[in-house]
Amino acid sequence: MRKQNKFLLAGFVLSLFLAGVVSNYASSSPDGLEKVAGDIGFLENAKEQANSDGLLADYGVKGVENERLSTGAAGVIGVIATAGVSTGLFLILRRKNGANK
Amino acid sequence: MHIPDGFIDIPTSVAFAGIAATGVAISLKGAKSSLDEKTAPLAGLTATFIFAVQMLNFPVAAGTSGHLLGGALAAVLVGPWAASLALTVVLLMQALLFADGGLTALGLNVFNMSLVGVWVGYAIFILVKKLLPKNKSSVSIAAFLAGLISVPFAAAGFVLQYAIGGTATFSISQVLTAMLGTHFLIGIGEGVITALAVGAVMASRSDLVYGYKGTTQTLETRVKE
Repeated sequence: MRKQNKFLLAGFVLSLFLAGVVSNYASSSPDGLEKVAGDIGFLENAKEQANSDGLLADYGVKGVENERLSTGAAGVIGVIATAGVSTGLFLILRRKNGANK
Repeated sequence: MHIPDGFIDIPTSVAFAGIAATGVAISLKGAKSSLDEKTAPLAGLTATFIFAVQMLNFPVAAGTSGHLLGGALAAVLVGPWAASLALTVVLLMQALLFADGGLTALGLNVFNMSLVGVWVGYAIFILVKKLLPKNKSSVSIAAFLAGLISVPFAAAGFVLQYAIGGTATFSISQVLTAMLGTHFLIGIGEGVITALAVGAVMASRSDLVYGYKGTTQTLETRVKE
């Protein structure tokens, strides 16, 4: 089990690093769908998302002026939230499986 | 690849939300019987890693970027059922917390990335692995092709949705050509990242890799013969 935990911890730390630090070096060009929509001419059909004024909208923390810090913090929050929700879900599913047997 | 609100009309979005919900319900059942105490935490880590890497847009052509979708990667690491769930959790987080991908478009995005991306990736992986010798590097090659091919298929999912309920009137063939061309390029990046990530897990914990388990058994049998 120790080897397993080490592996999981390494993967989690790597995810934090990628989302918290490396994300600042990501390309800011439009992604494939956005580019195609812009080129062909239906990008303006996009509607404002209901959460677009949210605290973390567009991978930035509202109120944090420093862009690096803002993106990095949003990434770290996203990694922790995704890890919590997904691991929780999979552990519950696993437990149900055990109960059925 | 995340469809915003407004590209596809509401009736079509609702219909795809229904298909997506059905797919997720079936995946919940499938994952229940395929997860054990070792693979359940790995499935959580897979979702987490995919969330992080989806933030890392890489340039593909002038003024265009792409990012990992992760469907093929997740399918190889934890199997298609848990993979669909992992991708769905990622999409939910992105839409609800980060306003990335529309809310009415959630079903459309789950269909393209959590269902089409995962299952096409998984099918290609199994097919290629069958054609190659049974060793670790074959797993990486199969993972590369699975990643590469899964992306244009997910993009084709959008074109299907556009054809049924697009709010714009541009020709379907024009959208299809542009989407497939761009996403083939993004697919190359997807393939490279998928192969590297699978290779890294294979190097440290090949016993955890869903897509490698069958291979080891076959190898052992051959040695005995």
